[in-house]
Amino acid sequence: MRRVALIIVPYLWLLALFLVPFAIVLKISLSDIELSIPPYTPQLDLSEGWEGIKAFFAALDFENFVFLTEDDLYWKAYLSSLQIAIISTVLTLLVGYPMAYAMARAPNHWRPTLLMLVILPFWTSFLIRVYSWMGILSTEGYLNQLLLSLGLISEPLLILNTNVAVYIGIIYTYLPFMILPIYSALERMDDSLLEAAEDLGCSRLTAFWLVTLPLSKNGIIAGCFLVFIPVMGEFVIPSLLGGSQTLMIGKVLFEEFFNNRDWPVASAVAVILLLILIIPIVLFQRNQQKTREAEG
Amino acid sequence: MPETKFEPWKDPNEKPLIQFKNVSKRFGTFTAIDNQSFDIYAKEFFALLGPSGCGKTTMMRMLAGFEAPTEGTILLSGRDIAPIPPNKREVNMMFQSYALFPHLSVWENIAFGLKRDKLPADKIAARVDEMLKLTRLERFASRKPHQISGGQRQRVALARSLAKGPKLLLLDEPLGALDAKLRQDTQFELMDIQEKTGTTFVIVTHDQEEAMTVASRVAVMDEGRIVQIATPDEIYEAPNSAYVADFIGDVTLFSGTATNRTPGAKTPVMESPAVETTPEEAETPETETVETPEAVAEIGVPAEPEAPVAPETTTPAEPKTEAAPAKPAHGPQPNALGLWLHDKVWAKVFGPRTDIVRQLPPPSDAERKPKPADPETVSTETTEIPEGGITIDWAEGQPPLIALDGPEVEDGQHVQLALRPEKIGISKTKPDAVNALKGKVIDIAYLGNLSTYHVELENGTMIKAQLANTRRISRRDITWEDEVWVSWTGTAGVVLTS
Amino acid sequence: MRRLTWFNTTSLTLGFAFLYLPMIILVIYSFNASKLVTVWAGFSTRWYGELLQNQAFLDAAWVTLQVAVVSSTIATVLGTMAAYVLVRAGRFWGRTLFSGMIYAPLVMPEVITGLSLLLLFIGIGLDRGVLTIILAHTTFSMCFVSVVVSSRLISFDRSLEEAALDLGCSPFSAFRLVTLPIIAPAVISGWLLAFTLSLDDLVIASFTAGPSATTLPIKIWSSIRLGVSPEINALSTILIAIVTIGVISASLVSKRQLMRQEADEKAAVRAEA
Repeated sequence: MRRVALIIVPYLWLLALFLVPFAIVLKISLSDIELSIPPYTPQLDLSEGWEGIKAFFAALDFENFVFLTEDDLYWKAYLSSLQIAIISTVLTLLVGYPMAYAMARAPNHWRPTLLMLVILPFWTSFLIRVYSWMGILSTEGYLNQLLLSLGLISEPLLILNTNVAVYIGIIYTYLPFMILPIYSALERMDDSLLEAAEDLGCSRLTAFWLVTLPLSKNGIIAGCFLVFIPVMGEFVIPSLLGGSQTLMIGKVLFEEFFNNRDWPVASAVAVILLLILIIPIVLFQRNQQKTREAEG
Repeated sequence: MPETKFEPWKDPNEKPLIQFKNVSKRFGTFTAIDNQSFDIYAKEFFALLGPSGCGKTTMMRMLAGFEAPTEGTILLSGRDIAPIPPNKREVNMMFQSYALFPHLSVWENIAFGLKRDKLPADKIAARVDEMLKLTRLERFASRKPHQISGGQRQRVALARSLAKGPKLLLLDEPLGALDAKLRQDTQFELMDIQEKTGTTFVIVTHDQEEAMTVASRVAVMDEGRIVQIATPDEIYEAPNSAYVADFIGDVTLFSGTATNRTPGAKTPVMESPAVETTPEEAETPETETVETPEAVAEIGVPAEPEAPVAPETTTPAEPKTEAAPAKPAHGPQPNALGLWLHDKVWAKVFGPRTDIVRQLPPPSDAERKPKPADPETVSTETTEIPEGGITIDWAEGQPPLIALDGPEVEDGQHVQLALRPEKIGISKTKPDAVNALKGKVIDIAYLGNLSTYHVELENGTMIKAQLANTRRISRRDITWEDEVWVSWTGTAGVVLTS
Repeated sequence: MRRLTWFNTTSLTLGFAFLYLPMIILVIYSFNASKLVTVWAGFSTRWYGELLQNQAFLDAAWVTLQVAVVSSTIATVLGTMAAYVLVRAGRFWGRTLFSGMIYAPLVMPEVITGLSLLLLFIGIGLDRGVLTIILAHTTFSMCFVSVVVSSRLISFDRSLEEAALDLGCSPFSAFRLVTLPIIAPAVISGWLLAFTLSLDDLVIASFTAGPSATTLPIKIWSSIRLGVSPEINALSTILIAIVTIGVISASLVSKRQLMRQEADEKAAVRAEA
């Protein structure tokens, strides 16, 4: 009996507050906008019994999804989200891998400290970390002041409110997500493998290419997914650092919902975003499972 | 009787403490335990021995209550224990990992089970102190498990599981985590504690030496079945199958077809011309075909220099011929160890032997003297083999093997002859023995008190023979690549029909 | 012996400079006397004073703290239960769905989670306020807690629980007396994680908070959308300081424990020899 209670309480909680809301999003994405409260139709009316349910389902349609494909704002937003997510994932990997590698090769007594330094930003407010770049990147910001005073530029660079700022913000905030899985993959690697590779005639570089990199593959994959998936739905970074031309789907959804109050379209945007993300999420889960199995 | 010799399984009036009745356990399609029935008696030290995955741990977990049998019943003192959850069973377990609670001190760990019984505090304290004393842990009572050594942790686990005074204590590979030296000491300590507390112990282990040392009876398991349950010496000396013979100790197995020997007919000892006895070869003043005292040490009984050393070169057959007719009823012939055990230990319990001992008469004065190097005197002796037994044809171009005792077989039946290395002699000249095969030394494993010789016969069969290193190295003349003879008596091997 | 090569040293130096310089600059300029954030005009704690006078910020901070404490506590209880179910309950009907619901929120974009919860609350007619934020935060942070706790439970030696049962514990008291004390560090760090997630959350809170309740991140958000402000710099500095002190002291405590344990083990080995 206790076992049943143990299962039922978290189960019901998640059903009620995770799965049911989803069903609602799906349902509203198939509804039509209406100037009422709530601002969509049809409403499910159970008092009319079976007829009511039938009428309810008959009124659902894919109009919103058709609308999304017709209005190029949306598919441009999806494409640009995808582009930003891919580019920033690659950039984060390029920045994160050398750091993870250096951490894994650092002397043993340094490693806990280095690890703590990577984890510390995790605990600090995401919002504040993004905010800290606003002062640096703005036209009269610290970066431009520095470059001007060094005489490297004569005109302040326009960085804030461009995609460049968005990339910087993403790399900055998601760097720990990239470093940690790669570090844990590299840290497990036995030093003697590299020595063996060199003993068998590899140069340092080929040893890295043939031994280190393949062995950290699962860490790289995990890190990339951990960056890519949340960046796809990112809202705060493009809103604060990006400009009006920065199109990201999270931002579009937010604005659609709060500014246009078009709930059915916002829901449809969410459903499509989720459909896009399901593939990487499933791939990610599979990679995690493979890693776990490989570890024993 | 019970108070002198502990053998409750031989007493039909004795009620077993544990009864397995047609117990099967399946996990999905995998059968872990396959329809097993056996009894364990009170105060026994019962060992479940087998390789990993043979079902021994499942057996133990069913006793503890962590698994329920799929079929059949397990009785504890005559009561079915299936409905009793583990926390209500009068059975305690010592876990392989010890499972000491890391957040509790040694004292609290031992008191844990007693507190669950809601005993008064003073009783708990008294019992814990008693346990600490029994396991010599008084000094460590306030330490946490990570603050003590592996051997001490093992003793805490033992004390904790014994504290509640269970009817039955289960030990899951109790010594697996200890190093070899500590393991030996701990084995004796375990036996000592078992005796002191009078608790029934069931131990699960894959270490045959450990099982043989501590247990009153050993159950050898394979793939969910108990292959043999017997006392350690029976298991070693009279294995009932090739599996048991192979699992316990070293063994060389010859497979072949058996032929009953016609009474009276003389089987030529050596059929192949290459092994014909010549006077020169027979002249062996020092054939090293002896059963060594070290063989005794192998199964954990202290070696004794006076152990009868049966000279197996000849068979002046007086007592043997008398014994021969009664043979099938007697089962395996006791070897030197058996005889020695009987005379030294069991005779005090059972009284003198009633059956006829197939023992050789003491050597005559003439035999004691060093034999003169005159080939004539030796060559007159021919190998006279007693009647009965079987011959085993086992390989082309090799002489058949002779086994004088063993189970009854039909002609042409497939049998195996199991030979312990310490029962096989090795010599450079042809010995005068019932069974002698020629081969070449391939490897010598020096084990200190013994050396094991790996001898390859002409047909490629490998045989392991052991010799006690009673002489200094310089006098050991058998070395790699030497042509040698391996030999054994007609009763040295065990004939296996299954 | 491992040494730092120049390449590794360079990448570590540049990497950590990248990670920490923005925050260091933020902290320094929070002590700037000037209202113009990017122009240094001397040291002052003026903005801290003004921050403490700002009732709206203080109210939002109070709401945030309440939400974080309540939601992380409920999330820890539920998440630990869920972890126990995932690791120990074996097979039951809908197990795949259950584990899917545990792992999905970890990777779900916050906008979707927030949107769906908002639509639910509107659908059942629940007024948006502190309660709805607590419900929302509990839901997503319980999943993080259950991941942290279940990874500890997986490495937990099952025979410890069996030993407790064997010695007469009921399953519940085995959990209370043995399992819980041993997994306590994971439960505590799960709570801390849930707490910081709740403190930190902007997107989900924006969806589920009503006009009656504003959390600190929402308040910060609405003021920084307009640009950099010295008060926010001061607030950020305070938050960074709290987190830094917390993380460093936690890691020092755990390091001390680890060292003590190692010393104990060495002593035990010596005593045996």
